[in-house]
Amino acid sequence: MMTYWSHQSISPVISAIFLAPLLFGVINWIKAFLSGRRGAPWLQPYFDLWKLMRKSAVYSRTTTWIFRAGPLVGLGAILTAAMIMPMGNIPALVSFPGDFVLFAYLLALGRFFTIIAALDTGSSFQGMGASREAYFSALSEPALLLALTAVARRTGSNSLSGMYEVLSSGSWALVSPAMVLVFIAIFIVFLTENARIPVDDPTTHLELTMIHEVMVLDHGGPDLAFINYGAALKMWILGQLLIGIVNPVHTGIMWLNQTISIVVSLSGPAIAVGLIEFSMARLRLKRVPQLLVAAGIFSVLALIMELR
Amino acid sequence: MIEHDFLSLNNAGCAGMAEIPVVDIHIFRNTVINAVTEGSRILSLFVCPVDRQMRLFAVLGHGGKSRIYIVSSIIGDAYPSLTPACPQAERFEREIAEQWSIRPEGHPWLKPIRFHHFYGGPADVWKHLPADWIPPGVIDGIKVESDEMHEVAVGPVHAGIIEPGHFRFQCHGEHIYHMEICLGYQHRGIEQALVGGPDQRTIGFMETLAGDTSIGHATAGCQMIEALSADNVSARAYALRGIALELERIANHTGDLGALAGDIGYLPVAAGCGRLRGDFLNLTAEICGNRFGRGLVRPGGVAFDLSHKAVTQIVVRLEKTFKQVQSTVSLLWENPSVLARFEETGKITKKLCLDLGLVGPVARAGGVERDSRFEFPTGVYRMAHIPVATCHTGDVMGRAYVRWLEIQRSTAFIRQQLQNLPIAPIRTKTGQLSPNGIAVSVVEGWRGEICHVALTDGQGRFLHYKVVDPSFHNWMGLQMAMRDEQISDFPICNKSFNLSYCGHDL
Repeated sequence: MMTYWSHQSISPVISAIFLAPLLFGVINWIKAFLSGRRGAPWLQPYFDLWKLMRKSAVYSRTTTWIFRAGPLVGLGAILTAAMIMPMGNIPALVSFPGDFVLFAYLLALGRFFTIIAALDTGSSFQGMGASREAYFSALSEPALLLALTAVARRTGSNSLSGMYEVLSSGSWALVSPAMVLVFIAIFIVFLTENARIPVDDPTTHLELTMIHEVMVLDHGGPDLAFINYGAALKMWILGQLLIGIVNPVHTGIMWLNQTISIVVSLSGPAIAVGLIEFSMARLRLKRVPQLLVAAGIFSVLALIMELR
Repeated sequence: MIEHDFLSLNNAGCAGMAEIPVVDIHIFRNTVINAVTEGSRILSLFVCPVDRQMRLFAVLGHGGKSRIYIVSSIIGDAYPSLTPACPQAERFEREIAEQWSIRPEGHPWLKPIRFHHFYGGPADVWKHLPADWIPPGVIDGIKVESDEMHEVAVGPVHAGIIEPGHFRFQCHGEHIYHMEICLGYQHRGIEQALVGGPDQRTIGFMETLAGDTSIGHATAGCQMIEALSADNVSARAYALRGIALELERIANHTGDLGALAGDIGYLPVAAGCGRLRGDFLNLTAEICGNRFGRGLVRPGGVAFDLSHKAVTQIVVRLEKTFKQVQSTVSLLWENPSVLARFEETGKITKKLCLDLGLVGPVARAGGVERDSRFEFPTGVYRMAHIPVATCHTGDVMGRAYVRWLEIQRSTAFIRQQLQNLPIAPIRTKTGQLSPNGIAVSVVEGWRGEICHVALTDGQGRFLHYKVVDPSFHNWMGLQMAMRDEQISDFPICNKSFNLSYCGHDL
């Protein structure tokens, strides 16, 4: 156990904090490029955050402290999760056995506060969004936890840093059908948690079809900046979960490992999301649970294979 | 036989007011209901005070016979409602109640539609006094009362850049039991403003009845003035009007297909069609300098001619744009994730289309061969026919596909017309309107059938001008299409109808 503590590094959490919004910038640029537009500058998400931070928030009289606490708790939970998320074989700032369970439930905590803050507004739109979010996350959470359990079993380590250190240094030696299933399951969770197509459409203006976006409609100013920044961080760290599985970087040179990891972290999820959003339409909302149940089934299968 | 009970007219035909049969209201009711059962449909149903008496006029159209039938009856402050036997009269009767405070007895659900004050005296049928403010959207709507149900109210201010309208959904989770639409926020009183015309402003009103249907409504209005003044319009002017009308159709259908793709988050078609719509609008601007065709259609013909060089240019640009639309739109039909969203969504049956008297691509997508260019041809459509595009599914897919078929057929039509433009002057001078006359003008706009009816007084001025935009018929269709659907599918259903708010509100 002590070995994990000795490996700790600040670089995964620092790169998450500073580079996460860039991920959105890259995705938007890829989408614009594919549809023949020039697109906004890559740094646009930072400009937007800066703009929001300088505004003041407006609060509806029907809301209580829960509404104000939502963005803070959400961002806090994600920041904490970022501290236990390694970057490939570079260990996280904090790691301890079983931290992957904490990771899953930090995400759940953030979501819980977003949901009750949405319900606090009393708006029917936000209520609908909250109900959808609760329903879909109830299905994606087991998929994520079981997938991570399968990885833990495969790597023989039960902390995220330990798991990914073994996975990465293995240079694909640990590739197994189970890991392919885990990858698919986590990818579906990644799309769901980050409200991307085919589950949700982050660019739509149609309240009736929204899931995540509709829950934060009433937030403005710094609150919205926290939410947007939290969303970027969430995408970054969930992207790390995926990249850690498929990126076998193990050069032995620390700075090279880091550079490659950062480049892949920025481009990998962005290209995958950009291509998916360009090539397919959203699923009908009724069909989303089927996709999530499929992710859950993949995770269960992966776990069974590993337990064999 | 139907012919004996009615005054029978051609589209864009004119008759003397004295020729319209005036019958007892019960005979009126039976005659109209029988005619609708036998395959006619209500083009317009309105009340106009004639010689200090309230007269109810029914204008019916029979597509197979290409004839328009008119009958009238003198009524007091109430009459037996047609709606229970003939649902397509529903909105017309609410309109009559609102405008003239005449109660259709037995109307299943009498609600205001535009929330304006009664044209005549003190209190209307809902006891609104002239000094009262009539809050728009406040109606006695359906309420499903249960702890498990919830009501979602959308609008009148929407997230997108669209017109104001208020929608109320009665939902159980994601499932819609009923949806109700309240309009009237855009009511400007155009019909009232047209009385006493035609004058300089008349054509301006026509072009802005529904801004995206400028050519359609302006053509209907000009056809009306020409019918009442017995003017002849040259073949070249007719051809140019037809070209402009079809360009309007293509531009709007292309935009709709892009918007449908946008609503389901399918990027390539949303981006492509959004741009290509503009290219078609620019072709209209090439003809008259305005992308929506304002200033082009004028009583007696058109205001702008096309030079030989302009014709060649338009043909080349049309071909180029059409090829791009073809390659963009084909992505829709090839992508399973798109088809999964379009198919079986917002379904309406053929029977519903016929009962509610739906028009335009909505009705055609439900398998009804209803197209005024084919049923009541006027102008260039008497010489050149466009095949009616239909589909049998009645869902979003059907409505999208009918639009694509119409884009193809209208492009072929424009190409053919441009290559054979008749040589003639483009505009003739219009004369005085015939006094004490009535005329009906029907045009197939891109949303469907546009019907204008005008009555003139003893001086040849408009005594009454009745406009029916296709949206007036079709809003009810959208309401019915949403039953038992998912609330998250409302936006694509709505977009697949793409109805006009201001065309309805007038």
